[in-house]
Amino acid sequence: MVLLRKYGLPALLIVAAFVFPIVDNALETDLMFPMIIVAMYILLALGLNIVVGFAGLLDLGFVAFYALGAYVVGWFASTQFRQVSFSLGSTAASITGGQPQGIHLSFWILLILAGAFAALCGVIIGAPTLRLRGDYLAIVTLGFGEIIPRFFQNGDNLGGFNLTNGTIGIKAIDSPGLQFLPDTFDAWQRFGTLYLHPWYYTILVVVLITIYVNVRLRDSKLGRAWISVREDETAAAAMGINPVTTKLWAYALGAVFGGLAGAFYAAFIKNIFPDAFSFNISILVLCMVILGGMGNIYGVILGAVILQGLNFYLLPQINIWVHAVGNAVGSPALSQADIPKYNYLLFGVLLVLMMLLRPEGLIPNRQRAEELHGGEGGDTGDALGGVARG
Amino acid sequence: MTTGEATKTRSGALIQSIRSSTWGSRIAVALIAVLLVLLLVQAVREPGQFLSQLVIGITNGAIIALIALGYTLVYGIIELINFAHGDNFMIGSFVGLTVLAGTFFGLGLFSPITDDSGALLKILGVIIAMVVAMVACGLLGVGIERVAYKPLRNSPRLAVLITAIGMSFILQNLGLVWKGPAQVPFPELISGSNILPGDSVVFRWKDLFVILVTIPLLIALSYFISNTKQGKAMRAVAQDKEAAAMVGINVNRTISITFLLGGILAGASGVMYGLFNGITVFNVGFQQGLYAFTAAVLGGIGNLTGAVVGGFLIGIIGSMADQYIGVRWTAIVIFAVLIMVLVFRPTGLLGDRSAVQGGGE
Repeated sequence: MVLLRKYGLPALLIVAAFVFPIVDNALETDLMFPMIIVAMYILLALGLNIVVGFAGLLDLGFVAFYALGAYVVGWFASTQFRQVSFSLGSTAASITGGQPQGIHLSFWILLILAGAFAALCGVIIGAPTLRLRGDYLAIVTLGFGEIIPRFFQNGDNLGGFNLTNGTIGIKAIDSPGLQFLPDTFDAWQRFGTLYLHPWYYTILVVVLITIYVNVRLRDSKLGRAWISVREDETAAAAMGINPVTTKLWAYALGAVFGGLAGAFYAAFIKNIFPDAFSFNISILVLCMVILGGMGNIYGVILGAVILQGLNFYLLPQINIWVHAVGNAVGSPALSQADIPKYNYLLFGVLLVLMMLLRPEGLIPNRQRAEELHGGEGGDTGDALGGVARG
Repeated sequence: MTTGEATKTRSGALIQSIRSSTWGSRIAVALIAVLLVLLLVQAVREPGQFLSQLVIGITNGAIIALIALGYTLVYGIIELINFAHGDNFMIGSFVGLTVLAGTFFGLGLFSPITDDSGALLKILGVIIAMVVAMVACGLLGVGIERVAYKPLRNSPRLAVLITAIGMSFILQNLGLVWKGPAQVPFPELISGSNILPGDSVVFRWKDLFVILVTIPLLIALSYFISNTKQGKAMRAVAQDKEAAAMVGINVNRTISITFLLGGILAGASGVMYGLFNGITVFNVGFQQGLYAFTAAVLGGIGNLTGAVVGGFLIGIIGSMADQYIGVRWTAIVIFAVLIMVLVFRPTGLLGDRSAVQGGGE
């Protein structure tokens, strides 16, 4: 009975997630594509949750890791480096037979590589900057989040070497595939663009692994160290926790999931270009974490589902309504308004309202809620790092 | 503005400080020296180009410095990185543009002032546009503070920062709704022709205009902060809110006035940016705001002189990067400066980020 109460809801949700494509097929709701994007954002939000929610470091440049992961796949699973010709377990095939141009590694290797590369960059970026105080750290991460996409944008001529193909970006990225499967599963041998089930199950498995890792991390020694550093860095240091290493772990592990999401995005969308990795993505993911509830894994997932649902369904729907009203009233400004273009206005309002009314999010983390509403009962310090403002 | 301790550079103290410096800072100093020598080589090789670029740098720097002052004033008083400030600047340029166009929400108040208008009308137009933009941005700054920051005065610092980011997005999208996603042209009211004879050094009327507007504003601000009663109150609140409240200073009003001042400067800066560059766009505030924040940090956030020095430095660094590295690398160079300063010298060049005026934490 206890077991049922503890694992009942998660198990139900997992089963629902697995049978979802069948239901979607049966009802012809055509929800596969949005669900894959939602799952990708869940991955991003869970990654950022480690940094912002668990360790209390505000990261405004999370998109950098997303971009790095995407470009790792772009580099090693496309014809970007035509000078060399190297394939390993890839689904790519040359038209003329023989070895295809460029480096083509298996997506599954690249997934790991992207995570590792993002983590490495996280450590490189984090090591000198994590000593900084909360809001300064936020600005530094913002700086990195701006520099990395701009670097990709300018990287088409680095001393004559074309690393990133500039604003055009990298095109025709290989599909993942499970080539060892028998021919009856030909859709799984090489993931196609029309049949989305393989993509869905891939990202679902990645998300489930991420959730498992997140839960285990939260309940681990490291997770408790994060919470203690978040609540009071000085006290944590006095108890023998090294704040810098602890924060660095949060940064690196958060980056891993950002990198994984980026890798999946590159393989799924197949074309990546620097403009896709703007500051807005960092803020969108931050909104998901804050809306759902910083530090609460379920909350963060809910936040991602709500905000992407808003993007995919509510805004186009509102657009239709506004157009209908505009047509009825005879106002061209309304009937031609492009509401989804202004989605970031909504996210801005959401950030402000959440902070004013319910800073702990929809499904709050209990500790976090107390921190954010504290202040009367003694000087608890800054929940997000740093001292309380006088 | 500074306590002056950092400026003691007698030879003995200099050698002492070199001896006690870390390798990191020595490398940094050596790197800056190498860059300066490289610049000097360019300056000697083509002095005209270098000086023209310097003028552009100073002009851009003046625009950035005015925004940076807003960041530093607010940071000095409530320790908040007012992320929406850059977008306030953008709104300022839009307000100026609207005034010059003579239309206000579909009402044609007067015929638009364009490049063909008479000289007097142009001058009048520029003055009105600037004043209206300054007032509008000042009030906008105060309004944002009332709605978004004041209720969170006792919240964690980052909660307020998140609110500020939210406000920034709101303003940016209001700009998007207002003027659309494309770049909007500004009428060319101030001549872009060269004042100086010959073509070797370019110093345009535009440059002169920006400098002529900036200097009085800086003097006025400095006078306000150091000589008026309200300025004294600001300094007191920056040093210690509770003690200031105890001696009868209205803290909330003082904070509002700080936002008002920052907004006024941002409004002036926004109109000048539009007139100087001939265009404005809804997301210009994001990049200019980050540049200005970099300037404030470079000079030492909370330090007014620092913000001005930092503003000019960032302007010059930007224009030099435009010329000698490539326009598309400029943003990267400036963000790299931001990161380097925060990592290696978070107190900035002039130090002391504690308050508007130097003082305790």
